[in-house]
Amino acid sequence: MKRRLILWVPLGLFVLFLGFVAAGLYAPAERNIQSALIGEPVPDFDLPPGLPGRPGLSSTALRQGGPRIVNIFASWCLPCRVEAPQLEALARRGIPIDGIAVRDRQQDLVQFLAAYGDPFRAVGADLDRRVQMELGSAGVPETFVIDGAGIIRHQHIGAITEADMPAIVAAWEAAR
Amino acid sequence: MIAEAGLAALWLAAALSLLQLLLGAAAVRPGGEGGLRAVRAVAVAQGVLAGLAFLFLIWLFLRTDLSVQLVAANSHSAKPWLYKFAGAWGNHEGSMLLWVTVLALAGGIVALLERRLPRNTLSATLAAQAAIGLGFYAFLLFASNPFTRLSPVPVEGNGLNPLLQDPGLAFHPPTLYFGYVGISVAFSFAVGALVTRDVGPAFARAMRPWVLGAWIFLTLGITAGSYWAYYELGWGGWWFWDPVENASLMPWLAATALLHSVTVLATRDGLRAWTVMLAVVAFSMSMIGTFLVRSGILTSVHAFAVDPRRGAFILVLLTFYIGGALALYGLRVGTVKEGSRFDLLSREGALVANNLLLSAILGIVFVGTLYPLAVEAVTGDKLSVGPPYFNSAAGPIALALVAIMGMGPLLRWRRDRLASLANRIALPVLLGALILLALSLFAPGMRFLPMLGLTVAIGIGAASVAPLWGRNLRRTPLFTWGMVTAHLGIAVALAGMASESAFTKETLVAARPGQTMNVGPFSVRFDGVEPVAGPNWTAIEARLVARRGEGAEFALRPQARLFSSPPTPTSEAAIRTVRDGQLYVAIGEEDEQGRWQLRLWWKPFVTLIWFGGGLVALGGLLALVGRVRRGRRARPEEEALA
Repeated sequence: MKRRLILWVPLGLFVLFLGFVAAGLYAPAERNIQSALIGEPVPDFDLPPGLPGRPGLSSTALRQGGPRIVNIFASWCLPCRVEAPQLEALARRGIPIDGIAVRDRQQDLVQFLAAYGDPFRAVGADLDRRVQMELGSAGVPETFVIDGAGIIRHQHIGAITEADMPAIVAAWEAAR
Repeated sequence: MIAEAGLAALWLAAALSLLQLLLGAAAVRPGGEGGLRAVRAVAVAQGVLAGLAFLFLIWLFLRTDLSVQLVAANSHSAKPWLYKFAGAWGNHEGSMLLWVTVLALAGGIVALLERRLPRNTLSATLAAQAAIGLGFYAFLLFASNPFTRLSPVPVEGNGLNPLLQDPGLAFHPPTLYFGYVGISVAFSFAVGALVTRDVGPAFARAMRPWVLGAWIFLTLGITAGSYWAYYELGWGGWWFWDPVENASLMPWLAATALLHSVTVLATRDGLRAWTVMLAVVAFSMSMIGTFLVRSGILTSVHAFAVDPRRGAFILVLLTFYIGGALALYGLRVGTVKEGSRFDLLSREGALVANNLLLSAILGIVFVGTLYPLAVEAVTGDKLSVGPPYFNSAAGPIALALVAIMGMGPLLRWRRDRLASLANRIALPVLLGALILLALSLFAPGMRFLPMLGLTVAIGIGAASVAPLWGRNLRRTPLFTWGMVTAHLGIAVALAGMASESAFTKETLVAARPGQTMNVGPFSVRFDGVEPVAGPNWTAIEARLVARRGEGAEFALRPQARLFSSPPTPTSEAAIRTVRDGQLYVAIGEEDEQGRWQLRLWWKPFVTLIWFGGGLVALGGLLALVGRVRRGRRARPEEEALA
């Protein structure tokens, strides 16, 4: 009898495997890594200006002056070009947008903003990606909604498409 | 019209597989003598039709027929012809069609060539092969049709993923699939034998060449894939424990175990139930691998399409096939008589140890690959399992396995004496001890696992050729040569891995033009970069001049490529192979001060990894030819012990 039972062990293991896999298959297909800092204050940082004649970005600036959007982007990033019209639209709605340019050069940034639109009030230059990492962002583009007290309220990973707009606007409204 | 013809061929092949299933099932019963002939004919026709459908798809890709959705989504008229050709399987639908084609061809070849299996077992085997095919035809036709037309016809296609635009890739997937899917034959044999309760030496001898054939292709495919990742991904590593690499490794581990247990069954009539289990597991691993990759449930460079409905479809197929085979196993294998017994210290004992250790490694890889999935299902956390887990868990077991591999062939069947084994392995052990002594003297601070690896590799390398000592080499059977070659190949590959892991020198610099770097015994001068263009890409090419000590200078030209359609950056490493290793240079990005990121590696004896892999496959080929020739010449029951 014991030997008989052993013969069914492989089938049992397979059923277990099926259970896990079926659960994984129907779990939400969200493969992005959310920042652990949502609901937390932004970490301390102070980035130099990325563009001539415009301020850089620091955590102290984010803690005063009302809710805003911080967009992490780069001139070498192709999806950033895709989301540029959406950022413009957000700026036209009167939502203040600050930028963090990751591993970028001034002349490239100027060209990029001239070609694809410039919604930014301030642009900080994050040359070694340290601030991006500290914010809990793994790639470009990413967009954070930060409330007036400098608390991270919302994170959007990847390019902002038309369909993502309502969620971002709602997060900004909620942060006011 | 080509697409419609391809689709028609596919539908016909599917219909024939249904017919093959019904006829095969009918021919199992007594009195079905005439039935088998019909089943054979149908199986061959099905293989031909599936092959035809695949040729039609290749034709569409070569013509860049953009009215076909698959071509438009994955090809581009400006692509070199080789990649148009390879593009046929560089996507989800095309690779699934290749999968099914190999399945049908394998069934057709079995129908054409297999003469040793009893009529009813062969009928059941071909029916099982048809049953698998039927499900995957349905998957293609209903969920992944490669021949769907597109309207309106686009002006230009999207292009092929540039990472896949590499000559190696044109042949890597077909090679791997021949192994991956070819092992389905072992599965069908096992199901057939369970149906007719006919598990014995004759069954094992009939199955062995098929397992060997699939295993050779798997070995070649994995070796080639490893080299591709090494030079194309630009990270200098040769194995990443990526889910897809694991998906190809798992069937190989199971097939390797099967190859050895089938020998015990063929020569000593032992391990009956276990051999059947392994045959089921080997192809189950192929199907699970296909599922993991194709469902997008695990993220990977190889995952073409992420579509949960397709995943669910394959999962249902898996439930039927694997669940069905395992249930049949539970029901039937209890009625299979136990085989003959043997001592622990014997050839059989070593082969059992080989099987247990291979299964343990298989378990480790399986758990590591699926653990993130299980954790996410239970707690919702996302995590990944990386090389530290796999290396530290599987590494020591693999070393023990290699050590046993060296001793096994020196043991006698049934029972042996410890003293006589010690006598036979004295020289290799001495050699290993000398290496260990030399390493600890001349390479202090070397990590333990690579040091042990090198010791085992050299000792076992010597032990693996020991079965030839004192034999008349010209009268030694070809399959013994095959075994020796394959075992030597494992030792050679292990030596390469250990050497790469212990002695690699790495230099990461941000270099200005004119700067000279040192890596290992080489000095490398960076002369600057210049733009170059290929047929469908542009690149920044670094110009470097390297020399070893006072030796002759040679040029290295690593590239950072940007493909135009779709726009994707890739890295083309510059690799210089010398007798004792490879100099590997990759170029990264430019920083703000005009310096270029350069990564240089000196990897002593790294080439042995793939050379060893090639030897293993060659050994398999020798064994296959030897077995087939012996099978033709002698009657099965006269077969001598290897």
